[in-house]
Amino acid sequence: MKKTLTAIALALAVATPAMAELNVPNLSYRTGAYAANGIPYADGFNDYFTLLNERDGGIGGEKVAVPECETAYNTEKGVECYEATKGDGALVYNPLSTGITYQLIPKVTADGITLYTPGYGRTSAANGKVFANVFNYPANYWDGASIIIKDILSQNGDNIQGKKIALVYHNSAYGKEPIRTLQELAKKHGFEFVEVPVDHPGQEQKSQWLQIRRDKPDYVIMYGWGVMNAVAIQEAVNIKYPMDHFYGIWWSGSENDVLPAGDGANGYKMISFHGTGGDYPVYADLKQYVYDAGKAAGDGSNPGNVLYSRGMYAAMTISEAIRKAQELAGTSAVNPAQVRDGFEALNLTEERLTELGLPGFAQPISASCADHGGPGTAMIFQWDAAAKKWNQASDWIAADTDVIDPLVAEDSAAFASENNIAERCN
Amino acid sequence: MFYREAGDFKTSYVDDSQTFPIKFDRWRYYAVLAVAFGVVPFLINDYWANAVFVPFLIYSIAAIGLNILVGYCGQVSLGTGGFMAVGAYACYKLMTAFPEVSILIHVLLAGGITAGVGVLFGLPSLRIKGFYLAVATLAAQFFLVWLFNKVPWFYNYSASGQISAPERTILGHAVTGAQTTAQAKYLFCLVILFGLAWLARNLTRGTVGRKWMAIRDMDIAAEIIGVNPLTTKLSAFAISSFYIGIAGALFFSVYLGAVEVGEAFGIQKSFLILFMVIIGGLGSIFGSFAGAAFLVLLPVLLKNILVGQLGWATDLAAHIELMIVGALIVIFLIAEPHGMAQLWRLAKEKLRLWPFPH
Repeated sequence: MKKTLTAIALALAVATPAMAELNVPNLSYRTGAYAANGIPYADGFNDYFTLLNERDGGIGGEKVAVPECETAYNTEKGVECYEATKGDGALVYNPLSTGITYQLIPKVTADGITLYTPGYGRTSAANGKVFANVFNYPANYWDGASIIIKDILSQNGDNIQGKKIALVYHNSAYGKEPIRTLQELAKKHGFEFVEVPVDHPGQEQKSQWLQIRRDKPDYVIMYGWGVMNAVAIQEAVNIKYPMDHFYGIWWSGSENDVLPAGDGANGYKMISFHGTGGDYPVYADLKQYVYDAGKAAGDGSNPGNVLYSRGMYAAMTISEAIRKAQELAGTSAVNPAQVRDGFEALNLTEERLTELGLPGFAQPISASCADHGGPGTAMIFQWDAAAKKWNQASDWIAADTDVIDPLVAEDSAAFASENNIAERCN
Repeated sequence: MFYREAGDFKTSYVDDSQTFPIKFDRWRYYAVLAVAFGVVPFLINDYWANAVFVPFLIYSIAAIGLNILVGYCGQVSLGTGGFMAVGAYACYKLMTAFPEVSILIHVLLAGGITAGVGVLFGLPSLRIKGFYLAVATLAAQFFLVWLFNKVPWFYNYSASGQISAPERTILGHAVTGAQTTAQAKYLFCLVILFGLAWLARNLTRGTVGRKWMAIRDMDIAAEIIGVNPLTTKLSAFAISSFYIGIAGALFFSVYLGAVEVGEAFGIQKSFLILFMVIIGGLGSIFGSFAGAAFLVLLPVLLKNILVGQLGWATDLAAHIELMIVGALIVIFLIAEPHGMAQLWRLAKEKLRLWPFPH
């Protein structure tokens, strides 16, 4: 009996993975209604850290451990994953879900861990004066809405007075985020704004697209995710909506979303805060150290696509912030508080991106105590159905800060007063 | 052997009608209470509270509530998620409107408000039964979720439509908000669950419960012997919704801290709690606990074994987990259609006679 118990105890001890110095959990989802988009993102995230471990021996000589935890985009499971992983010294969380982000904002603030939400999450977390532990650079939902409107303006000679613009959105916290901004922009530019909500998970959109066919908006903007995107693009094709007047936010513009609609999706536009495609020099290293070594995450079919690039973008920013933290702290074994300082002091330059093998992949970021939101810029991409690739259709466009900044200040002030938070950085 | 009745004599009606007439059962119950109140709070950490105990306690409250309606009174309901949402949003509005009032009072008031809404949606039960009533309550589910998504007043006009619980304290200890300790969360939910379970047990074995069961078993016969179907059915809806509303309020304020109505209180939640009641055992308080434990704890346990110990890929583990839980539900219901409570009852019967069966 005693022998058996010892054997079991030994087996448990062996089964527990060895503690790495840098722990960056990946709260991913590879199951459920949002899996099609969650898988490539998680693969990109894991592969980039695998590359750092294999090629450079980690960050600053410390190996990075990326334990994965399945959330299925479900907030309860997300909380479970957070609690399950934080005990191992987790440095940064990136849950890729606005719902889970809202759960975690108070928790990470209490636990002193960083929450990094590139392009999603709570928009007003861009205000570092209130949200000390949350970072959402390089761009947020409100920037996205403003950038799309700017592109529409440039298509119409800066005058969209009297035009009708519809927002097809996922009827959740995520989809509702841009409404305030678009209302303000509608006032400023004099266009008519129509809201068209789609309920989770979004497979049923017939009535919404009937409404669009009847209303004939000049432009349609989509804030969708998961299965909703592909269905919306197919429905738009069905009602013969002109694809080049149909814009998706960065979460509504992956290959998964446009491929099912075939040639009909040709000309569909989306915005992105990073480049896409497999032409960056870093892919040579990825091929050598990760794919060919048989260490790739998932089934290996995703490299180069939009969401894979975005997972890689998140991993790259996190690793650069950790590097900065190591530099500031003077030690390679950084703790969560030091990593938070690293995020706040992050200065990602064009030269550094070129060094990393990602020239022109992203915009430079220089964060500060008050600025956790980054430059707020993105590019427009257009889908070429024949070549099955995204073509860049614009240069970097900056958001309209005159409209966004007051909204961020207002929303974060409301959060601060609800939660008795004193402003920092003054 | 284990459940010895020999020498356990009752000399009064009070003794004879107690909840646990067998001494061993009674001691076991005291032992469970002693561990729950006296031992667990000293051992609990954030993981055990947030991933295991708090959801289990809250789902138990919801399952007891639904069991009162479905198991004891025979009124099938698919509106549980919607009623939990009423509890959560009522609690949120009360918390933000009256910050100086104790959170305990807000939680109870949220239950009261849900009871009112439950009665409203229970009115059709006077005319329709069974599947038809299930559809009517399903309408409540969809209507309530739509309402909380549509009307910005309910979420205080926040940009995203999320509601988040500000910090509230009891006797100087935070029970909601980020600073809450695992102990405070656990004990707050445990005290409420203990009170509500005790109340439910006593309601169901008194006049009120007998009336519910009479209506469940045969409503016409019940009416003939003098049970008023109006008050009986509506009281079942009111009390059931009260429990479910409290579960919703705790789910939002103590467990998650921020919710979004469609995701947290969708139709999935209604099904989940109905499954808890069916698997645990209709018309049994213990069954509500067993069902909640089965559906809350088993997936977490399987995840920890498959991913944590065996090191399987997370997506493979998630799919296998669904298959295992699904298969177990089917096997359970084939082996014992009356649920886990009936299995437990049979085991007790057998142990009382063991080793001398008839």
